[in-house]
This record gives sequence, C-alpha cells and structure tokens, in this order.
Amino acid sequence: MMKRFLIGLSAIFLVFALAGPAPAAEPIKIGVAGAHSGDLASYGLPTVKAVELVVKDVNARGGILGRKIVLLIEDDVCKPEVATNTATKLISQKVDVVIGHICSGATKTALGIYKDAKVVTVSPSATNPELTQSGRYPNFFRTIASDDAQARLGVEFAVNKLKVTKIAVLHDKGDYGKGFAEFARKFITDGKKARVVLFEGVTPGAVDYSAVVNKVRQSGAEAVIYGGYHPEASSIIAQMRKKNMKTLFISDDGVKDDTFIKVAGRYAEGVYASGPKDTKKNPLAIAAIAAHKKAYNSDPGAFFLEGYAAALAVVNAIQKAKSTEYNALVKALRTNYVNTPVGKIRFDNRGDAIGVGFAMYQVKNGAYIEVR
Amino acid sequence: MDYFLELFIGGLTRGSIYALIALGYTMVYGIIELINFAHGEIYMIGAFTALIVATILTMSGMSGVSVLVLAFLVAVLYSSCYGFTVEKIAYKPLRGASRLSPLISAIGMSIFLQNYVMLAQTSDFLPFPNLLPELPFMEPYAHIMGSTEFIIVTTTAVVMILLTILIKFTKIGKAMRATAQDRNMAMLVGVNVNRVISTTFIIGSALAAVGGVLIASHIGRINFYIGFIAGIKAFTAAVLGGIGSIPGAVLGSLILGWTESFATGYVSSDYEDVFAFALLVLILIFRPSGLLGRSTTQKV
Repeated sequence: MMKRFLIGLSAIFLVFALAGPAPAAEPIKIGVAGAHSGDLASYGLPTVKAVELVVKDVNARGGILGRKIVLLIEDDVCKPEVATNTATKLISQKVDVVIGHICSGATKTALGIYKDAKVVTVSPSATNPELTQSGRYPNFFRTIASDDAQARLGVEFAVNKLKVTKIAVLHDKGDYGKGFAEFARKFITDGKKARVVLFEGVTPGAVDYSAVVNKVRQSGAEAVIYGGYHPEASSIIAQMRKKNMKTLFISDDGVKDDTFIKVAGRYAEGVYASGPKDTKKNPLAIAAIAAHKKAYNSDPGAFFLEGYAAALAVVNAIQKAKSTEYNALVKALRTNYVNTPVGKIRFDNRGDAIGVGFAMYQVKNGAYIEVR
Repeated sequence: MDYFLELFIGGLTRGSIYALIALGYTMVYGIIELINFAHGEIYMIGAFTALIVATILTMSGMSGVSVLVLAFLVAVLYSSCYGFTVEKIAYKPLRGASRLSPLISAIGMSIFLQNYVMLAQTSDFLPFPNLLPELPFMEPYAHIMGSTEFIIVTTTAVVMILLTILIKFTKIGKAMRATAQDRNMAMLVGVNVNRVISTTFIIGSALAAVGGVLIASHIGRINFYIGFIAGIKAFTAAVLGGIGSIPGAVLGSLILGWTESFATGYVSSDYEDVFAFALLVLILIFRPSGLLGRSTTQKV
C-alpha cells in the first residue's frame, strides 16, 4: 500500500518537475461544462465532441499564441444546484474561458460565479432571453438565437417591411405558441410603431374557427401574427381566405413545415413564416459534420454546430486579443467577425450572436422561399 | 349588427356540425342506454372514406358534383357497415351484462379504431379537398355566411326533418320508440329488438358519416384523431339537451355552438371551452336530465 502511494506521489512530483522547466508555454485552459450525464446528456455531449474536434485541430497546428489548449470537461447534469459546484471547480482550476453551460437554468446560476471571477462564458444552447437581455452578465455570449428571436423577427418584419400598424396576435394556448405570442405582443407594444388590436388563444383541434376569424376582421387588423403549429394555422388561414379577408399572416417555425402547404393548399400562398437559417450549404458546417462522422462514425447530435461555432469563436477571439485576459477577450468577441458552421457571426454588446438564428420565409407557388 | 350576425351564423354552423354527431349518441343511448364512445371514430372513418373515394374519382377524371355525391354515398354506406359491425362485435354479446361492461367495450372499440386508421393510413394531417361546390349566389355574403356554411346548415336541417319523419311516421320508427320506452315489453309484443338496435346504429353511423364529410370539407384537413375531439363536444351537446332525446340533441348542439361562438366573439376565445362547460354544469344543476330529457326514476 505504502509502495503504491509512494509511486503515486513520485509520479505527481515527476509531472510537476516536467511542467516546471517548460518554457512559458503554459496551456490555455478551456472549460467545457454542461449536461454530460443524466437524461439530458444528449444535449450536452455533442458540444463536448465539437469542442474536442476544434481543439484537436488547433493543437495539431501548434496551438494558439504558441500555447496548446487543454480542456477541462465538467458535468452539471443540467441542474442549477450542481452547476454552482461545477463553476467553482473550474474557477479553482484557473480556467481561462468556459464553453457552456447547456441548460438555461444551470447557465444562469453558473454565470454569477464566472462573472465574479471574470471568465468569459460562451453557451451553444442556453436560449433564455433574460441571460443576455437583463444586461447582468457582460461575460456571457451565445451562438444560438434566444427564445424571443423569432417573435422579434416576425414583429420587425411586419412593422418595418410590411408596414402594418394594426396587428392581431393569436396563439394555440400551448407553451411554445403562447410564449411566442407574448413576446410578439411585447415587441409590438415596445416598438410603438404598431399596436396589438387583438390578443387571443384558440382551441387546438376545434371543428371551426369562424368566430375568432370574425373577431380578427372586426378588430380591423392588417396582419395576424400566429404562434403555434400548422394544423390550426391551416384552418385559420383557410377560413380567413374563404371569407375574402386579405389579412397578412405571419407565423413561426411550427408553421414553416411543408405539411402546412400541403394541407392549406392554395390558401397557403403568401403566408409568411420564420424558420432557422439554412446551414446545410455552409462549407464549415459540412466539414464539421464530416469530421464528426470520421471521428465517431455517427451523425452529430443536438447543438453540435452551435458548440463548434462557440469553440471557433473562442479560439478566434484569443488569437485576435493575443491573450486570455478578460477585457481583451470580450472586446475581441464583440468586434471580430468569425466564420462558423452557423454562419459568419460576431456578438452584440449583450452577448447575442449577430448573424445566427432565423430567417423569414414566404409561401410562393407551393414552397417556402426565403424573403430577402 | 353585422358582427352579431356573423357570430350567430358561425355558431349555427358549429351547432349543426355538433348536431349531426350528437344525434348518433343520443339515439343509441335512447334505445340501449349505452354511451357509444366509438361514435366519434365512425365519423372519422366516414371522412377518411370520402377522402379516399374522392381522390380516386378525381384522379380518374370525374369532377364536381358527381364526385361529391359518390363520395357521400360510399362514406355513408361504409360507415353504416362499421356501425353495424361494431354493434355486433362489441355490444351485442354484452347485452345482458351490467351497464359498465358495454361502456368499457365502447372505449376499447374507440381506441382500436383510432389506432387502426392511424396504422392503415397515416398519423399526419391530410389535406381534404373542398368537395362542396361554391354557390355563386352566396358570394356577396361570404363574409357572413359562405357557401360551405350554407350547405352545412341546410343539410343538417334536411337530415333532421327526414329523421323526424322516419321516427314519427314509419313502422321502424314506431318500433324504435317502443324499444326506447321498454325493451322487454317491445319484445313481448313482437318487435324484433335486435333489428331495431342494428337499424339505430346504422342510422346513427350514416348521420356521423354525413357530418364527417361536411366538416372535413369545411376545415380542409383530417387525421385519425378528429373523431375524438368532435365526439367529446357532440357528447357534451347531447348531454346538454338531454341524452336520449332527439330534439334535445339538436337544441343542445345549437346552444353549445352559439355559446362558443359568442363567448369567442364578445369575451375571448381563451375561454371558449370554459363557457361551454360552465353552461353544461349550470344546466345540469337545474335540470339534471338535460334540457329536454325525461327524468326517469333510477331503479337501484
């Protein structure tokens, strides 16, 4: 027993002895935190793989600023109470930058700790709008659009492009649809250029929506912004058109689905719906997915491209800032565009990525075409 | 005033749709005191049959009214067969059993038919062609009452009248009324009760199929689940009007349709169901057997 202990001890000393004389090239420590076990592991592990692939690449090319990158991978099981420990542990290991966390709740609790320690945090998946919009976390960045991005896009499109001033906001009473509708209402009211003339939830699966359609007509709305999925949307649009209403119809990615066009048929023509930007043709995305297939022999999971983009953004920022010092890094993230699998991005002052997220599509001749 | 009229017509259409389904519930209940939970599924099968027939006929080059008539006929026939068979398989063997057993059997049948259609067809929403013709003379009033609404309301009215004539003035109608009053006594005086029950199921299923085709044309989409939701609402309407009573089912359906329409129009569609069911609770507090239901003494 004693012997094994001594071997262990000498091994540790040996490591220190080796590390000691190495010339200045102390490695850059990047923490990767998120749900790596438990039932949400499938959301966190693809990011780990993405970061590993990027770092392997960078290290093979000799690292950045002459320094290698090492990864400190920590699990928070997607739980806020665990995330504080994860963050504290990473800080005590003197981490330079953290990529993570995965879940919005865990991210939020960990962010306070990183903020006090002045550590930049880039999340590939935390979509809670508060994280950036509250302005409380200047150290936070993310490579995914926030939950309200679609509503913001829809409202801006309606108000600035289509120039409507009276908008009816409808939703299907579900979490997704109602959340979207409530953000839309908030943005319309805050924007002051248009007003919400109707805000209503419809019953999913009802046999008939004529009452609510009549109400839309009565309200004098020029456009309907609908939060929900395509079955109800197709019924509502069909009834509106059958009643000779020319009201514009703008919706979310629950409606940007080919089934909607199939079911609503000719009534779908001219409908607007937002959906994720197409990354299929992005060469970096193609390369990243190919690298994943080569390394793991499988298709990547959720948030893989966002994780890849986060790692690239961090590497790029360190290179541009020529250090891992907090202020320089933040400035570099905010000013320099970087090509990533999710598009060419940089971060705004609140930490949201400019250039990622959603685009507006319109049904033309039976297909969704991106509106430019 | 226009707005009121729009809501009124909307509620009328909705009520007519509920009525076509509610009649099947109430007739079956009137005769064998069974809540036929598989009834909504018969309605759904009617819509699916019409879709398949219409697709085939349209592909083979037929058009317009002939497709509509044929699709209607085949849907009605096919649904009637289903109604007849369901009764023979799921309810007849349980005729002597306690009232709970056929109820469970009905729920089982409902689940079976839903999943059968889901597996045999698809779980996705399918577009339903608008079979109903556009009536040019309705066009100026399209914002109040479109041609589809007009056809739904008229068809329902015609069906009601035919049904009343059938029950009031024909021999089988008389037998149905007799069976509803007292099954054993009807048997004693020589009424073929099994045949009466089968006929009731056939008529109810045919009405549901008519409803299925009309509603699917109206909303333009179907999937295997539409029967459940429509069935629940129609059942509510039947209970509201007094289950077992045919005029009650129609009255209950119209009241339900109007309540939902006006609640949406003047309050908020968020509370559509709240108003509908609050009304149901209120009416059942003051008239426990529904608006036109007969109050019967329960034998314990």
